[in-house]
Amino acid sequence: MTTSLTTESLTLGYGTRPVVTDLTLTLPTGRITTIVGANACGKSTLLRGMARLLPADSGRVLLDGADIHAMPTKQVARRLGLLPQSPIAPEGITVAELVAQGRHPHRRAFARWTPGEDAIVADALEATGVLDLADRVVDELSGGQRQRVWIALALAQQTEVLLLDEPTTYLDVCHQVEVLDLLTDLNRSRGTTIAMVLHDLNLAARYADHMVAVHHGTIHACGRAEEGLTEETVKVVFGLDARVVEDPTSGRPMILPLGRHHVRHD
Amino acid sequence: MSATVVRAARRRASRRAGVTIAALSCTLLALFAFSLVWGDRIYPISDVVAVLAGQDVPGASFSVGELRLPRAVLAVLAGASFGIAGVTFQTMLRNPLASPDIIGITHGANVMALFCILVLGLSGLAVSVSAVIAGVGTAFGIYLLAARGGVVGTRLILIGIGIAAMLHSATLYLLVSADQWDLQGAMRWLTGSLNLASWDDVAMLSLAALLLVPIVLVLGRDLGLLRLGDDAAAGLGVAVERSRRLLVVAAVALAAFATAATGPISFVSFMAGPIAVRLVGPRGALIVPAALTGAVLVLSADLVGQFLFEHRYPVGVVTGALGAPFLVYLLIRTQRTGGSL
Amino acid sequence: MIQTAAPPTAGAAVTRRPRWWTAVALAAALGAVALSIAFGSRVVSLPEVWQAIVVGGDDITAAAVRSRVPRTLLALLVGASLAMAGVMLQGVTRNPLADPYILGINSGASLTVVIGIAFVGIHSMQGYIWFALTGAALAAAFVYTVGSLGRGGPTPLKLALAGAITTAALTSLTTAILLPRMEVMNVYRFWVVGGVGRAENHDTLTVMPFIAVGVALCALTASGLNLLGLGDDAAAGLGVPVVRTRLLAATGGVLLCGAATALAGPIGFVGLVVPHLVRLVVGSDHRWLLPVSALTGAALLTLADTVGRVVARPQEIEVGIITALLGAPVFIWVVLTRTGVRA
Repeated sequence: MTTSLTTESLTLGYGTRPVVTDLTLTLPTGRITTIVGANACGKSTLLRGMARLLPADSGRVLLDGADIHAMPTKQVARRLGLLPQSPIAPEGITVAELVAQGRHPHRRAFARWTPGEDAIVADALEATGVLDLADRVVDELSGGQRQRVWIALALAQQTEVLLLDEPTTYLDVCHQVEVLDLLTDLNRSRGTTIAMVLHDLNLAARYADHMVAVHHGTIHACGRAEEGLTEETVKVVFGLDARVVEDPTSGRPMILPLGRHHVRHD
Repeated sequence: MSATVVRAARRRASRRAGVTIAALSCTLLALFAFSLVWGDRIYPISDVVAVLAGQDVPGASFSVGELRLPRAVLAVLAGASFGIAGVTFQTMLRNPLASPDIIGITHGANVMALFCILVLGLSGLAVSVSAVIAGVGTAFGIYLLAARGGVVGTRLILIGIGIAAMLHSATLYLLVSADQWDLQGAMRWLTGSLNLASWDDVAMLSLAALLLVPIVLVLGRDLGLLRLGDDAAAGLGVAVERSRRLLVVAAVALAAFATAATGPISFVSFMAGPIAVRLVGPRGALIVPAALTGAVLVLSADLVGQFLFEHRYPVGVVTGALGAPFLVYLLIRTQRTGGSL
Repeated sequence: MIQTAAPPTAGAAVTRRPRWWTAVALAAALGAVALSIAFGSRVVSLPEVWQAIVVGGDDITAAAVRSRVPRTLLALLVGASLAMAGVMLQGVTRNPLADPYILGINSGASLTVVIGIAFVGIHSMQGYIWFALTGAALAAAFVYTVGSLGRGGPTPLKLALAGAITTAALTSLTTAILLPRMEVMNVYRFWVVGGVGRAENHDTLTVMPFIAVGVALCALTASGLNLLGLGDDAAAGLGVPVVRTRLLAATGGVLLCGAATALAGPIGFVGLVVPHLVRLVVGSDHRWLLPVSALTGAALLTLADTVGRVVARPQEIEVGIITALLGAPVFIWVVLTRTGVRA
C-alpha cells in the first residue's frame, strides 16, 4: 500500500471567499487520520478538495505525486474512495445492488459482470457484516447499518485511500462506535489509508493514529493525539475551556469541557 | 458461498428487466398493428402487410400507408423521445416530479415552434431546429439560475415552474392573437396532437433520435450513478459536470424535436419514468424501458382519443387527463413506502 | 429553512412605518386609476377626464372615459382581491411560493366555469360565481392534500409541483370539454388569458358579497396568521385555534381568488408578487400586510392593464399575460432569495 495523498499550499473555497488557505498536509500512508475543528472551519472543504470535488484556487492536491485534477476522474476513483456527508440511496435499491455500484471505476462501458466482481462485492459485504442484509432495501435499514453499506460500497471500490466526510454525525452513539471499529478493522487488515472528518473530539482522539486540527482554514496542530490535543489547542480551535486528561479505557487524551456550572473547584 | 448470493440477486434483477422489456415490446407491437388495422374502415391484416411490403392496395395504400402508418410511427418515436427525456431529467434531478414538461423546457420549445410557424412563417426543419435551440436555451437558463453555489434540484424545479408559467402565457398570447388559424389545429400547440402527422415529421424525429439516443445510452450508467448524489458519483469516477451537461442537452433536444413534431404531449415525460421503474425495479438502465413505456403510452392514448369517445380528442388531452390521478397514485405510494419527493 | 418574513440585515435595526406605506400605496392606487382612465388607444388629459365624469356628454372623449371607468374599477377590485388572496395562501401554507395560479386554484375555477357553461348552460355571473368558487375550493383542497403526501408534509417544492401538475391536468380536462364545443371555445380562449375588459357592472355587483365575506375573513384571521407563521406547535402553545384559523383563512383566500377569477378569468402572479414586495417594506404583520397589499395589488393590476392597452396600440395585450411575463422573473427572484431551500 503505497498510494499517498498530499496537499501543497492548497487554497480553495466557494465563490470568492477562500475557506481553506495555503494548507499543506500529508496523509500518513496506511494510517487513520482524523480531521477536527469547529463548524465552518474548513475541515469538510479540505476533505472535499482532497477528494477532487472542489477545484483548487491555488496550490495542488497530489495523488502519488501527480496533480489530482490532471487525472481522469475514473482513474482517481480507482485509487481514492469517498464516503460523502449525505449519500443518497435511490428508492428501493437493495444492499447488494448499491454495493455493486462501487465497481464502476473498474468496469468498461458495456462490460458484463464477471464472477470475480461478484466475489469482490460479496467480500465487501462480508467485511462490513452486511452480507445477510444483501437483499434488503437500503431505505429500511438503521442508520448504522446504512453507513456500513456505504462503507461496503467504498470497499468494493478497492481503493488504497478512503476519505469519509462526517461518517458518524447522524448516528446513535452505539452505531458511531460500531462504524469506527469497522474502519479500524479495515485499516488494520487491508492497510487502507483512512482520513475522516469527525465532530466528536473524544472519538476522534481515540481512533486516530494522526490528528489534524483545522482552524480558520489552516492547520493549527497535527500529529499524534497525545501531542496535538492540548488544552491550549482546544481553546484556540474550539473556543472551549477544557481539561485534557488521559482516557482510562484507551490511554488516549480525553477532553472534559468546563462550563459555568457543575465544575468542582478543589 | 457469498458470491453466489450476490450473483443470484443480480441475475434476478436482470431477468426481471429482460422480461419487462420483452413484454413492453410485445405490447407496443400489438398496439402498433391494431392502430394500422382499426379505423373508420377496418383493413384485414393481410392488406396492412401488403402495404408495408410496398404493394399498392386500393384504399388501404392511402389510409394505412399515408395516414395511419406515419401517425403510428410518429406516436412511437415521440413517445420514446418524451419518455427518455423524462426519465433522464427525473434521474438527474432525483425527483420524479422534475420532468421537462413540468419545469418549462418543453414550453420553451413549444413557444419557439409556435412563434416560428405563426409569426415567421417557417416550417419543417427550421422550426424543429429553432425549437431545439429554444429548449436547450431554456434548460440552460433555468440551470444557470438555479445552480449558483452548486445547489441544483429543488431550486431548478421551482424556477422551472415559474418559467413554464411565463412561457405558457406567451403561448396563450400567440394563440389568442392568431385568430386566422383553425382553432382545432391550434389546439395541437396547447396539448399535443398527432392529427397532422406526416412523413416529414417522422423523418426529422427519426434522424434526431438516431443521433441523440445513443448519447443517452452511452451515458446511461453515469446517469444511474448520479442518483447516488453528486459527491458519491464523483467519488466513483463520474465526470459529474460533463455528464450532466451532455445528458441535459441530449434529453432537451429529444424533447424539443418531439415537441416540434407533435406539440407538447402532456405528461408522457412525467409518467414514463416512474412506470418503467415500477415495472423494471430500481436498478439503473431505465432508458430503454422508459422509451418503450412512453411509446406505449402515446400510442394507446391516441387510440383511446380517436375511438373510445364519440368526439375525437388529440392525444395530449388524454394523457393530460391521466396526469393528476397518476400524481396522486405516485404520492400515495411514496407515502406508504416512506420515501419523499 | 423556509422564511416568509424578510430577514433584517444582520445587525441593522429595522424601522417599519406601515402608516406611511399605506399612504404611499393609496397614492399609487389613485395614480394608477388616473393613468388608466387617461391612457388607452386615445390619450385623454386629466381635465377632460374630470369633465367627462362630472359633466357627461356624448363626444368620443367622454365615451372613452365612460368605458374605462368600469374597467378601472374592476382592475382595482380584482387586483386587491388577488393580492389579499395571495397573502392568505402564503400565510396558511407558510409557503413563500403560494399564489392562486401556482397552486392550481385558478385552473380549478376555470374548469368548473367551463363545466357550468357547457353542461349546465350557465351564462350569467350569478351562475359563474358559484361554479368558480366550487372549482377554486376543490382545486385548493386537492393540491394541498396532494402536496402534503409523502415525507415532510407540504413543503414549498411539493406544493408548487402539485399545483403545476394539477394545473396541467385540469387544463387538459378543460380542453377536453371544449373541443366538441367550438362556440364555447371561442369565448373561452379569450377569457382564459385573464382580462378585465369584459365584465359588466352588474357582474361586479353580483360578486361583491363574496369578496366582502372574503375580506371579512381576512380581517378576522389576520392576527392568528401572524402567530401561525411561527409554526403550528408554537402557535397552539400561544393559544391560537390552529385548525380553525387555517380553515377560515384558507376559505377567505379561496373566496377572493374564486371571485376574482369569475370576474376576470385566471390572472396569475399578482397573488405571489405583491405580498413579497409589500413584506419588504411593511413586515409580516398581517394587520398591515393585508390592506397595503390590497392597495398595491389594485395599483399594480390597474397599471398592468393600462400598459397592456398602450403598448400594443391599437390592439390590447390582456392583463393576464402582462402579469405572467412580469411576474415570473419576480417569482424566480423569490425562489433564489427567499426560500433558502437546499437540494
